[in-house]
Amino acid sequence: MSTDLAEKTHGGASVASYLASHLRDYGMLLALIAIMAFFQVITDGTLLKPVNITNLFLQNSYIIIMALGMLLVIVAGHIDLSVGSVVGFVGALAAVMMVEWQWSVYMTIPVCLVVGILIGAAQGYWVAFWKIPSFIVTLAGMLVFRGASLWLLEGQSVGPFPREFQALSTGFIPDLLPFIKSIFGLQRMNGLAVVAGIAIAAVLVWLGMRARTRNKAYGIEGEPFSFFVLRNVLVAGAIIFVSYKLSTFRGLPNVLITMGILTVIYAFLTESTVLGRRIYALGGNQKAAKLSGIKTERLTFLTFINMGMLAALAGLIFAARLNTATPKAGVSFELDVIAAVFIGGASMSGGVGKIVGAVVGAFIMGVMNNGMSIMGIGIDYQQMIKGLVLLAAVIFDVYNKNKSA
Amino acid sequence: MSTLLRMQNITKTFPGVKALDSVNLEVNAGEIHAVVGENGAGKSTLMKVLSGVYPYGEYEGQILFEGSEARFSGISDSEKQGIIIIHQELALVPLLSIAENLFLGNEVASRGVIDWQETFRKTETLLRKVGLREAPTTLVDKLGVGKQQLVEIAKALAKEVKLLILDEPTAALSEADSQALLDLLLELKSQGITSILISHKLNEVERVADRITVIRDGTTVSTLQAAKSEINEERIIRDMVGRDMAHRYPERVRSIGEVLFAVKDWTVYHPEHAERQIIRKACFHVRKGEIVGIAGLMGSGRTELAMSLFGRSYGQNISGEAHLHGKPIDVSTVSSAIASGLAYVTEDRKALGLVLDETIQKNISLANLEGISRAGVLNEAHEQTVAEGYRQAMNIRTPGVYQKVVNLSGGNQQKVVLSKWLFTEPQVLILDEPTRGIDVGAKFEIYGIMNKLADEGRGVLMISSEMPELLGMCDRIYVMNEGALVGELAAAEASQERIMSFIVRS
Repeated sequence: MSTDLAEKTHGGASVASYLASHLRDYGMLLALIAIMAFFQVITDGTLLKPVNITNLFLQNSYIIIMALGMLLVIVAGHIDLSVGSVVGFVGALAAVMMVEWQWSVYMTIPVCLVVGILIGAAQGYWVAFWKIPSFIVTLAGMLVFRGASLWLLEGQSVGPFPREFQALSTGFIPDLLPFIKSIFGLQRMNGLAVVAGIAIAAVLVWLGMRARTRNKAYGIEGEPFSFFVLRNVLVAGAIIFVSYKLSTFRGLPNVLITMGILTVIYAFLTESTVLGRRIYALGGNQKAAKLSGIKTERLTFLTFINMGMLAALAGLIFAARLNTATPKAGVSFELDVIAAVFIGGASMSGGVGKIVGAVVGAFIMGVMNNGMSIMGIGIDYQQMIKGLVLLAAVIFDVYNKNKSA
Repeated sequence: MSTLLRMQNITKTFPGVKALDSVNLEVNAGEIHAVVGENGAGKSTLMKVLSGVYPYGEYEGQILFEGSEARFSGISDSEKQGIIIIHQELALVPLLSIAENLFLGNEVASRGVIDWQETFRKTETLLRKVGLREAPTTLVDKLGVGKQQLVEIAKALAKEVKLLILDEPTAALSEADSQALLDLLLELKSQGITSILISHKLNEVERVADRITVIRDGTTVSTLQAAKSEINEERIIRDMVGRDMAHRYPERVRSIGEVLFAVKDWTVYHPEHAERQIIRKACFHVRKGEIVGIAGLMGSGRTELAMSLFGRSYGQNISGEAHLHGKPIDVSTVSSAIASGLAYVTEDRKALGLVLDETIQKNISLANLEGISRAGVLNEAHEQTVAEGYRQAMNIRTPGVYQKVVNLSGGNQQKVVLSKWLFTEPQVLILDEPTRGIDVGAKFEIYGIMNKLADEGRGVLMISSEMPELLGMCDRIYVMNEGALVGELAAAEASQERIMSFIVRS
């Protein structure tokens, strides 16, 4: 009781002390906010212009989608180096199917996703059932599929694609609620985007409050109330702000919807399902998991199949964005994806990491890419800075871990 | 005969435990001196003090080596003096050659460049000394365990050994290899090398030792001399065992029912060496409400038996039958074994039993996630209720179930593991060294839990290396040696002497 009282009277202090003790959980989110603020100032407000926010999503969607799968792979205690090459290969395959074989878009997309699943299965088989280190299997895959995309495209660029296919990446959801625009008397405003933003923010707050009440009923000690309010106000505010900005440009990008839905699904999967729990146990202590009746081999196999499918989806989105398939597509994407997951707090040894963390990590990389490009910083410095940020993020994580232990 | 080594009043305490209490050991130059005692009696600790693993200052007492006081600060110090220990687990690098292994860390080199010719020449001399006919370039990997043991001894000789310590050198060896090794020890003795032999196998000790020091519960019990013909099995066993066992085990009113779990002709082969039989036609049964023990030395195959029964988690070419309530059950995978009503609490709870970085709650639910979920979706509120229930029932001392298990004491960790398995509602629990590394108070609690499980009509199979514990807890004890169940004793007729005699005579 006395602590409750202290919380109420010293709201500000408790936020600060709670944050200090949970720096590991919120550190990267704070870093993202700081990085965005920095670039917002330094680029004279270009970063958060509607067109640039839209671009940020388009540019990073495929990295984020792959980061969802990579998080599972890394939590399971493995790594997948082949995803960049798979992006290139699937893009090339889709191009050959649509441009050379004249396949329809609706046939190409499912077939390409199945190919991704097969690629994941082919690699996961050796890792899971033969216990061959994933680093080696996927390093081989990286070379094989890079070569395969060169071979498929015969070294050429193949394009352009049908409009429906491009819509995968550069399409926008039409404004289904045009009357909202007229209510506000504005020329350019996508009513759907604003309503969706407000709705999502409301759902998030509601879910947060429900969880908090439930935790309280079970006597689980949570964050201080003032912190809870502050966090929700910030998150809801950010979502509404972004959706408003998007609404004044072209509305909601299709790819944002895909990404958003996938993020929610994978966050749910990892946090609230038996399958997710088992993946964490597998990465945390494989032997203990196995002796607890978990089919560890099959689970590892599944994480690679899932990664293959998401890499294929990312490959389709990336090809659609460029409107052409090139043999170089996806080069070094695996590094961005892996970096995103580690910046997001995942552990190299497995068992630790969160979907939200991986998405935040991907945005940190994405915002830095975008911001530095706007500033006109050369690719040389960009790479160096990104490398140091990755190192700093992991050092920060390890430091906080040691401090708490 | 002069005294080479004198360890006086050595006392070594670990947090909460006195591992050695004023131990005295005196070794004469040129003798083979055996140190015997039960598992956990303190033999290995004593050798670690001697070899500097526990450096000077971490123990009390005095070590006199060649007449002057030795204060080792590490293994390299004791090795410099010529005290060399060969551990149970061999410390060879498998993918290096014999010659490379012999001179590892002690290379024949000038200015960092290895003189291979000299290395090979010296290697050949050493190999001849230990009677090993192999080329110096042969990879250690290609040698059997017996020959690897000889390489270890050659390695010791390469360092100009004055006192050779062998920790259970024949534990992993076949009969013929063991005999050869003992012959070598006698041969080395004739060349003037003093050795300390730590062994469980009393017939071996009897054969080669000049004197024997018996250690029990961290104290020296006696030193027996061959010259006075004091060395015989009965005498050694009597000194090794025999301690007050009153009130260390909670009382229990036994109500034992019909046969619950029965295993017939269970045979298992080594997972890598398909020709090595690890478990030989084991037959045993556990009744309802019965606590059955399996006694045996380390490496006798008890853990392998349990793990192979639990979802074939060990070995290959497993054959035999398992029955529950007289009906055959499927134990071919861990999940089917759990579904059949088995639970296995592993010997090594940190490596095999727990996800250390996870919370108590998540560890307790791990083996039965179906029990806290619907259609694959977890109900964390229910999970917490379950975990909290076990926390209270098991008396797990922690502020809440959101604590990570890594921060718990050994006893509390074991209670978490037990909770995990109880949540799968098993009918038969196999407990492998359930009280290892646990302090006395927590042990008593674990015993209490075991009694309660038996009272509930479950069958408990308990593997333990601590004989007093088996005698105090079990209704019946099987004795295992070299992969076979070599004896069976009812509680009333069981004694440490009888268990030991089954082992040493089989």
